[in-house]
Amino acid sequence: MDAIFFEPSEAQALVRETARSYAQRVLVPVAGRLDRERRFPTAYLRELADLGLMGVNVPEALGGAQAGAVSYALAMIELAQGCASTAVTVAVNNMVAETLVKFGSPELQSRYVPELTSGRFAAGSFGLSESHSGSDAAALRTTARRDGGGWVLNGSKQWITSGDRAGVIIVWARTSPAHGAPAKGLSCFLVEGGASGLTVGRHEDKMGLRASSTVSLAFEDLRVPASAMLGAEGQGFAIAMSALQGGRIGIAAQAVGIGTAAKEASIRYAKERRAFGKPIGEMQAIRFMLADMETELDAARLLTLRAAGLKEAGLPFTREGSMAKVFASEKANRACDVAVQIHGGYGYIDEFPVERHYRDARVTTIYEGTSEVQRLVISRDLLGR
Amino acid sequence: MLIDLTEEQALLRDTCRQFAARELTPNAKRWDREHRFPAEALKKCAELGLFGVDIPTEEGGAGMDAISYALAIEEISRGCASTGVTLSAHNSLYCDPLLKFGTAAQKERWLKPFARGEKLGCFGLTEPQAGSDAAEQKTQAVRKGAMYVINGTKNWITNGPVADAIVLFTITDATKGVKGITAFVVDTDTPGFLRQKADEKLGICASPSCTIFFESMEVPVSQRLGKEGDGFKIAMSALDGGRIGIAAQAIGIARGAYEEARDYAKVRKTFDVPIAQHQAIQFMLADMATELDAARLLTLRAAALKDNGVRHTRESSMAKLYASEMSGRVTDKAIQIHGGMGYSKELDIERHFRDARITEIYEGTSEIQRLIISNALLK
Repeated sequence: MDAIFFEPSEAQALVRETARSYAQRVLVPVAGRLDRERRFPTAYLRELADLGLMGVNVPEALGGAQAGAVSYALAMIELAQGCASTAVTVAVNNMVAETLVKFGSPELQSRYVPELTSGRFAAGSFGLSESHSGSDAAALRTTARRDGGGWVLNGSKQWITSGDRAGVIIVWARTSPAHGAPAKGLSCFLVEGGASGLTVGRHEDKMGLRASSTVSLAFEDLRVPASAMLGAEGQGFAIAMSALQGGRIGIAAQAVGIGTAAKEASIRYAKERRAFGKPIGEMQAIRFMLADMETELDAARLLTLRAAGLKEAGLPFTREGSMAKVFASEKANRACDVAVQIHGGYGYIDEFPVERHYRDARVTTIYEGTSEVQRLVISRDLLGR
Repeated sequence: MLIDLTEEQALLRDTCRQFAARELTPNAKRWDREHRFPAEALKKCAELGLFGVDIPTEEGGAGMDAISYALAIEEISRGCASTGVTLSAHNSLYCDPLLKFGTAAQKERWLKPFARGEKLGCFGLTEPQAGSDAAEQKTQAVRKGAMYVINGTKNWITNGPVADAIVLFTITDATKGVKGITAFVVDTDTPGFLRQKADEKLGICASPSCTIFFESMEVPVSQRLGKEGDGFKIAMSALDGGRIGIAAQAIGIARGAYEEARDYAKVRKTFDVPIAQHQAIQFMLADMATELDAARLLTLRAAALKDNGVRHTRESSMAKLYASEMSGRVTDKAIQIHGGMGYSKELDIERHFRDARITEIYEGTSEIQRLIISNALLK
């Protein structure tokens, strides 16, 4: 498909407006404080669930908004402009709900998805990364051993967003030995938060996204029934890749939102701050920085919405999702860096929001596939394997 | 929301792609080296409707839209960037202002045969002392009865050496600044229209440009485009569309460089493996492809806005700025991937690199695009 992205539909515009209004009215005023106090945005997540934003691309029958992948991306751009920590928590919740819808049995879906979309669960978590296994996901060491009618999980996970708050966690584990094809022996399970044998470990003290919770998890003889498996045995890697493909659209959108917030703050500041007898916004050096931010963020938005549009149309979007993710995250970092520069000393202190945007943007080139992994995905697609 | 190309748009693109592969790519290197204007190939472009892509059929054009135009210019430029700019200047800078601002009589004589591809147009705005600062026009038009007498100099006029007519910008009232600029359409065989020898350029060597002197050139009032003082508005409107054309040209150039680099990486071996297996090369190609897509999305967005009759000044500038600078980066990386072969005139890569360079300069430098974008942001 030769996609040309153009205007959102009325329904999509409505989702965007809903998210924008909430982000600007509620999140913008509190985001700095949430960040400083490392406060998980519990109450806000519940309100976002009421607005349908905890399951944007999830069927109505399961409590979702059934508004599609494009609406989801549009909503994420808006939420991230308000509070990137809240946005990533929402993004992971959406990804978990969508993964359940796509790969979970009808029983798993009807039991857990409405909890995620309604806000009765504070959040959902995605348990793939381990201490020694990030980009190389197939190298994970958590094991699941058959035991009677169920499975017994042992191992640990790291960098788990909302892991201490989650009502459910999707956990990847090795169910058969690597034998030279490590991706083939992975399977995927749904684990309830608070399950016996699940221990929440260290809370990471992060540079940014400080109001989102990131923890390690340990599994010690954690038992799950056979029905807790998503997809089939050995399908885990494929499920992870599928989930991350969609997840990358969410993170690309988050990055666009953070970059846009930094740009908007810079425009405001450039109009007010004076130097050499005039607003710095009248100086070409500053104006050109803003022009580049605007251009690159617009391109990032178009790439992101193209990938979302392809997903929504049921077409392949692996390459396009990775392009959106690598481009948007790197341009968001540039935008935030320039925003700090425009603000001078005020960009370096937490009284102004750009210092937080700068920290929040940094992780977007790392999580849900580093920039390097995105380039691998893209080049494999271009060159054949 | 996610709009696919229409069948007609896709057909035009595919037709242009095949045409470029067959007629342009095999010859572009030679035309470049010989500084040869590809007159024969342009005749075939005319048969494809490329002399008036988004000009209505009743005015002699192909009756398609700006999206089709952008797609066509990309494909043509992928084969030969010189041919691409010849067509872009003719469509956007000559035909478009005639369509928008010409009278019925002017369109009959100066649009129809041009849009049909029987004649070629050019655009005279830039002067030796007036490039980015287009308001610094010195060429004067003085009214004398039913005539204007025009004196002055234009330079870097794309198609100048071969064009049949020019959309020409002059000062009619020096006290009014940009409101004193007036446009005309003038045949290039008018007495007093004096073309100079073709410019020697770094790239787009098969696209002839030149300086033109106007010495007491008499032009009837009936050849004025719009009213006195409308000139600047006409020029800016033409450039809004022209920037879509140049963005598309830049994308076409970059795509050529990218595709050739990708193919080369699969066959060229170092350290016992094709260089495409080295991550350093893979990542360059990934970035090239990503940036190409970003540029195309920005460009087609601007074209779609134009088709919907929406003001698209800022979006055209973003497309032009991003696409041209992207083209510089991508053609540079293509040379790097090719190593010494990229530097050799044996391949097309060094030409792509030279051709890309102009796209950051003409029809508004990158700096002018940033001015336009930031003016919109900070107003």
